[in-house]
Amino acid sequence: MSTYYTEDHEWIAVEGDIGTVGITKYAAEQLGDVVFVEVPEAGITFTKGDDMAVVESVKAASDVYAPVAGEVVEGNGDLADAPQTVNEDPEGKGWFCKIKISDAAEVSTLMDASAYKAFCEGL
Amino acid sequence: MADTASETLKRTPLFDLHVELGGKVVPFAGYEMPVQFEGVKAEHLWTREKAGLFDVSHMGPCFLFLKEGLGQPGAHEKISALIERLVPSNIAGLKPGQGRLTVLLNQDGGILDDLIITRMPDPSLEGMLYIVVNGAVKTEDWALIERELGGEAMLQRADDRMLVALQGPEAEAVLAPHFPEAADLSFMRCAYVQRGSEKFMITRSGYTGEDGFELLLPNNEVGLGIVKDLLADERVKPIGLGARDSLRLEAGLCLYGHDMDPSRDPVEAELQWVIQKVRRERADFPGADRILKAISEGPAQKRVGIQPLERAPASEGTEIHIDGQKVGIVTSGGFGPSVDKPIAMGYIRADLTAPGTKIDLMIRGKARPAEVCALPFVTQNYKR
Repeated sequence: MSTYYTEDHEWIAVEGDIGTVGITKYAAEQLGDVVFVEVPEAGITFTKGDDMAVVESVKAASDVYAPVAGEVVEGNGDLADAPQTVNEDPEGKGWFCKIKISDAAEVSTLMDASAYKAFCEGL
Repeated sequence: MADTASETLKRTPLFDLHVELGGKVVPFAGYEMPVQFEGVKAEHLWTREKAGLFDVSHMGPCFLFLKEGLGQPGAHEKISALIERLVPSNIAGLKPGQGRLTVLLNQDGGILDDLIITRMPDPSLEGMLYIVVNGAVKTEDWALIERELGGEAMLQRADDRMLVALQGPEAEAVLAPHFPEAADLSFMRCAYVQRGSEKFMITRSGYTGEDGFELLLPNNEVGLGIVKDLLADERVKPIGLGARDSLRLEAGLCLYGHDMDPSRDPVEAELQWVIQKVRRERADFPGADRILKAISEGPAQKRVGIQPLERAPASEGTEIHIDGQKVGIVTSGGFGPSVDKPIAMGYIRADLTAPGTKIDLMIRGKARPAEVCALPFVTQNYKR
């Protein structure tokens, strides 16, 4: 399994043609205390860059964009009652949804972990 | 307010301290202000439980006083008669050292700002008022006051000093060793304290719903020393603007530019209590016709509390619908850490203001269930 990152601070962990999507630790720290998360339901399709989810903190509401095109196979229903999971474990239990990736080539346009780290340090 | 990066931002005398304390600084009302230190939620809860120290030096403290006759008999009546041309509250009726929330009105009775006017406690300063206006509109407010009253009264800005708020149940215990006079004050009373050549204005007030004080301190080592002494107390933490906003929203308090503005009059804002009987009878304040009519006939809309019934917070500008029809708008909304729920306030058609009225909040295109509710969301803990 490999994990890739976007400039908008989403991550996608790819295993076969399934990608698990969430927001990065950096994004979660910037947002502060997350109080609400709206994740997409299974069956919804996205193209890369579409609004896919909403995360709201005590400071601001932010859209979460689809890192690549695909169809949602599962949303993380646990976040509705425990939105703080996004702060506690953003790149683990705080995942937003799993998608079936429609074009594997899109994944290669994303940053890997070391590139993302350099990107954040440049911010 | 346009908070753009290109505008020149000012800094309060405590800017360096905010940075030193790890504050995250953002543009606000023309100043670089700390939005948070350790985190909005933690700071909010700490303030309700212990005591929080807020830098509010960006606000507009000032002194308004008679050019002639200060300290002489009748001086308070004279200065009151002047300021009462602009506000609908009974300023003449304030006791020495007493303050009152009021609103600055335009000729249509619209709200230009909310402000606190305090009568100075010392007999020698009869004819002087201590006034604190909002930071975002202080320049306009002061220009209006000077234009209308400048012939007879002098306005001295005090926004070059430090203005800090110490708020929370432990505020009195924290402040009393430094200023024993503070412990004796009840809500909306003030002390003007002299130590050597320095003077300190201490008011028992704030905007969090908690007991607490606001301190106008000299912009020098003495003022900074007091701020550092207060922060050195283990019951005190520095609090940013983020928690200040969630605290005031839970307390049901209006934020100027959001929950009130020139298009709203005090009656629809549910602030008619700032217009005391004597002023209603005299009907001598700006927009008195419209405001008195709204009092007798009832306004078209009213400000209410809103309780979303799901987890999604509603932000400012969210439309309020019933059966698909727009009946109101959210003017402040967010998450209330103490009530552990999303909360909001806004304006709704006057016939729909009963607590429990079912409404829909149109959040990102979806109708989310909510109810009209009473304000505040938390019990106010003022020292009466």
